[in-house]
This record gives sequence, C-alpha cells and structure tokens, in this order.
Amino acid sequence: MNFSLSESQLLIQKTVRDFAQNELAPIAADLDKEARFPHEIIKQMAELDLFALPYSEEYGGTGDGCLPYVVAVEEISRACASTGITYAAHCSIGTDPIYLFGTEKQKQKWVGPCARGEMLAAFGLTEPNAGSDAGGTKTTAVLKNSEWLINGSKCFITNATHAGVIVISAVTEPGQGTKGISSFIVPRDTAGFSVSEPYDKLGLKASDTAELYFDDMRLPEDNLLGKRGEGFKQLLKVLDGGRISIGALALGIAQASFDAALAYARERRQFGQPISKFQAIQFKLADMATSIEMARMAVYRAAWLKDQGRATTRESSMAKLYASETAVKAALEAIQIFGGYGYMKEYPVERYLRDAKLMEIGEGTSEIQRLVIARQLGC
Amino acid sequence: MKSIVCIKYVPDTSEAEVKVNPDGKTVDDSRFSFDINDADNYAVEESVLIKEDKGGEVDVLSIGPKQSEVMIRMAMAKGCDRAVRVEDDRIADHDPLMVAKVLAGAIKDKEFDLILTGCWADDYGHMSTGVALAEYLGVNHASMVKKVEVLDGKVRAHRELEGGLMEVVELELPAVLTIQTGINEPRYAPIRGIRQAQKKELNVVSLDDLGIDPAEVGSEASQVVLENLYIPEVESAAEFIEGEPDEKADKLASILVKGGLV
Repeated sequence: MNFSLSESQLLIQKTVRDFAQNELAPIAADLDKEARFPHEIIKQMAELDLFALPYSEEYGGTGDGCLPYVVAVEEISRACASTGITYAAHCSIGTDPIYLFGTEKQKQKWVGPCARGEMLAAFGLTEPNAGSDAGGTKTTAVLKNSEWLINGSKCFITNATHAGVIVISAVTEPGQGTKGISSFIVPRDTAGFSVSEPYDKLGLKASDTAELYFDDMRLPEDNLLGKRGEGFKQLLKVLDGGRISIGALALGIAQASFDAALAYARERRQFGQPISKFQAIQFKLADMATSIEMARMAVYRAAWLKDQGRATTRESSMAKLYASETAVKAALEAIQIFGGYGYMKEYPVERYLRDAKLMEIGEGTSEIQRLVIARQLGC
Repeated sequence: MKSIVCIKYVPDTSEAEVKVNPDGKTVDDSRFSFDINDADNYAVEESVLIKEDKGGEVDVLSIGPKQSEVMIRMAMAKGCDRAVRVEDDRIADHDPLMVAKVLAGAIKDKEFDLILTGCWADDYGHMSTGVALAEYLGVNHASMVKKVEVLDGKVRAHRELEGGLMEVVELELPAVLTIQTGINEPRYAPIRGIRQAQKKELNVVSLDDLGIDPAEVGSEASQVVLENLYIPEVESAAEFIEGEPDEKADKLASILVKGGLV
C-alpha cells in the first residue's frame, strides 16, 4: 500500500496548483459574476498539456493517466469550479468515449486535437425526458443510403457552445429500450446541428451549458461510435470515469471552502480572540477537514483503480457521492463560519455553495449514485 | 553558453506558525511546506531564458535533502538539463561562506560561462552566498540583478539599488550573477516537461565525492556560531493626532518629516 503521490505526480500537482492559484483564482469571482467563459485560461491549460494528461502518447496524450488528471481537476476546481467542469467534461465525458470506443481512425482524428486542447469536446446524453432514466432517450438515428439521419434534442450539455466535437446518444433500434441506443460523433459544423442560448444557472456560471438540436442532421455512416446498440453500455463505462472527475471537482470546491473558512476563522476576532479559538468553530473545521480527507482518499483510490485497468463502478459512485455531499456541507459550513459576510457576494464562499450544488446532480444525482452502489452490493 | 543555477530548498513560513525548538538553535519545521527559494526560482527562469535565446545548457546545483529532489526536477521540467544535489550533514549550512565553499568545490572542475543564483534566501537571508561563491571561484560578480543582457564574452547586468536607482555594469565572463525577484515571470512547467525531467541526469554527491575536506566546511571551520534563535516580541504603539483637519495634517506632516519617512 502506498498513499504517496509519485514524484512526477507531485510535480503535476504543484504546477497546476501554482497556475490555478496565481492565474485563475484571482479572476474566478469576475468570471462567475459576468458568466464569462474562460477562453484565455483554457488556452493556457492547453499549453501546459493539462488536456493531454489522461491519454496515451500515441493519441497525443502524455500518458500520465487518470490519477494525475484527477489531481489537476481538483486543483483547477479549487480555484474556479466553472473552469473545473469545463475541463472535466471535456476530458472525462467528451473525449473519453472516443478514446475508449473509437476506431483507430476516429481516435487519430479526434483524440489528438482534444488532448492538445485544440478543440473542446462535449457529451450529449441528457434529454428533457431522459435524465436519470437514459432509457427514455427520444433522439433518433436512422441509417439511410450510408448516412445517419438524426432528429431530436439534448439538454444541460456542458461545453455545448464551444465544443468542436460532441458525442451524442440516439435510438437506432426503437422499442428495444437501453439496448436500442447507439453513440455518434458529431463535428461542430454538421448541417442540421444547432445550439441554444446558454442557460442562466444557479452556479458554475462561467461554464458553457446549453441545449443541442438535431434537425434532419446527416452524419456519415462511420461516425457511429463503437457498435450499434451498445451506446448505453458505453455510457455506463464513460460515467464510471466521469464520476471520478466530478468527485475531484467536488473535492476542489470542498477544499476551497475549507481554505477560506480556516483563514477567516484565524483572522476574525470576536470577544477578544480569533474565532478559531472557539470550540464551536474548531469542531466545524475539524469535521470539514476530516470529510475532505476521506473524500480525497475515495476519489484518488477510484482513479488509481481506473489506472490499474480495474472496474470502478462502485468506487466511482461512492467517491462522487461522498465528495459531492462533502462539498455542499463544507460550503454551507464555510458560509456559517463567515457569518453575515458569508452571505455576501463580496466573499467567495457563497459561490462555492452555488457551484457545489451541481455536484450532487450532474452525472447521476446522489439518489442515482446510491442506487448504483446498492446494485453493486447485490441488492 | 554554459550556465549553472544554484538553488535552495527553503521552508514556507507564511502559513504555519514558526516555533523554536527547546534547543534554542533550530526551528520546528515539521509543519512547514518546503519549496524553491523565491529568488532562486527567478534565477532558474533567467537561466532557461538565456539558454533559449543563446543556446547551450543549464546545470542545476543544490545542497539539500532527498525531499528537495522534487524542486530540482521542477527546475529540469522548466528546461534545465541536468543536476547535482549535494547531501552531507557535515556542512555548516547556517554559514553562507561554508555553503559557498561547497558550491565552489562542486563547480571548480566544470566549464561555465555564467552562474546564476537568487540574491537572497528566504530562510537565513544572508545575501552573501552568491558573492562568496564568486570569490572562491575567482570570477566576477554582480548582485541584485534585475536585467541581464548577454554580449560577446561579456554580460551586462542591471543592478537594483536603493530608492529605485539602477546601476548598469559590464562583466567579463565567466561571472556570477545574483538574481533579484521580478526580473522575469517564472513559467509553469508543462506536463511534457515534467515527463522529460524524469529522464534527466540527477547526481547525488557527498563531500567525499567532491574531494572536499569536511573539516574545511564544517562547524569547526565556520567563524559563525549560531547562539540562539527567538521570536521577537511584537511591539506596537499608536499615537492619536487630535485637532482640526488642518492642524492634524500639519502634525502628521511634521511627524513624517522628523521620522525621515518623506
């Protein structure tokens, strides 16, 4: 058993932490306030090869794997969760499906540019009537004259506006439930494809979330990803990885909440001493630090398992569930420690709460995570 | 252009409370995180910038424990080519002259044009290691350098003096420059650089390997005896200026003038 990051992983953590704290954290409040997509930061992240971390060298990656990538997601999200989700969605659910299930040609065409950060990727799964129940997918794909004719829509899609490539799910075998779903690679400039205005959200306001529309959209036959009818199986596998990265994102927000709360508690004086000297505050901080440490162990371990090529369904769900609930609790407690100031936009902790809430919803709600875990237990 | 950059692994005392151990001569460093000395970080960047502009190589040299290898690898991830780490607990490392003597011993057989190092270290803050190193090696030096121009066989160094004054000096190479913070913008190491750094040469050597007599760099050779470390008491005094706004302004101005603050 070894609980230490390796030397190169420590270096990655330090480089990303320094970058995120120096370049991103100072502008995070403005990005949120103006709901401004962090184009410049994304460019710098590409120059640092952050998008290349999870992928092997033959497809333009650095070959570092999931654990260093998860450490990077945590550090980016600690500074700005909007940028964190842009990054996590690009890699874990945008690029990963092609990396995992693409043909050699598809991988060469799309994974390289995504790993180099030349384009962003997105994943279109959720529909107005197919959220937790992906089997309710209404988008259809019909093969006609070597072309797929696709109609339907997707909602709540991260990176929708700025993605150069989007992997979507659609029904190819109607009436067969989840076994009739297939995945497709959609280039941004495909005729018949359009994107809505961005949503006005509670949090993660600098991230790009919108709806996708497919109106008689035609795709070449070989834009099918993997085998016909295997889309649902693929997305379960993709979400196993995606949930680890949401866990890392939540961990970053939780850590940021704790950092702010501890610094404030040591500085804020009431009744003649810093409030960190009061047991009521100490217990809150101790509980926050403990949960964050437990969440980190769960998230890193799930990532490590993935790097070992082992199944992570149970561990991914546990890590995502625990880290996301830890993030919401940590942000709430941070606000409580800040008192009245915590409720004000002048301080960052209200943003942490708004951002944290999505962690309990996206890529499977907490309720779905408990279902997944229960099924893995044999219930 | 062959450069050597000397860097030091120092504690970050800004976040953890500083406590002196019961021996009165050491600090409890168990809660500190350690990293590259701030000014040395700028020296690393400057050496890599010079390499990118003029070609050549950069060697890293550091005296420090095994844990400091993360810092050394980071310098190599940013573009330095190879490194030597000296580890030997017989070095009187509180004395900059002893430290400089060890560095000189590690450098003496190498060819070099430039040696860069931070102008001061965040731990002891002597501001003398670089200058002493130049003396031991018998080469020119310039301290507090805020801008470097490499010329043919020479280097032009812009030195930061008090009161915003700059002094420009030209030195024949080889030379030692002690680098002031703010001279450049240190880069972040790209992930590919971090991977390459894992493959670069990092040699760990002792005083014996360097052929340095421990008696010449140990506490018996040092003329500096560390007597005592303590945390100074915080003193504070406040004077309230009374009166009409005009009077207050006059009084404040005279206090500032008397105190030599304006």
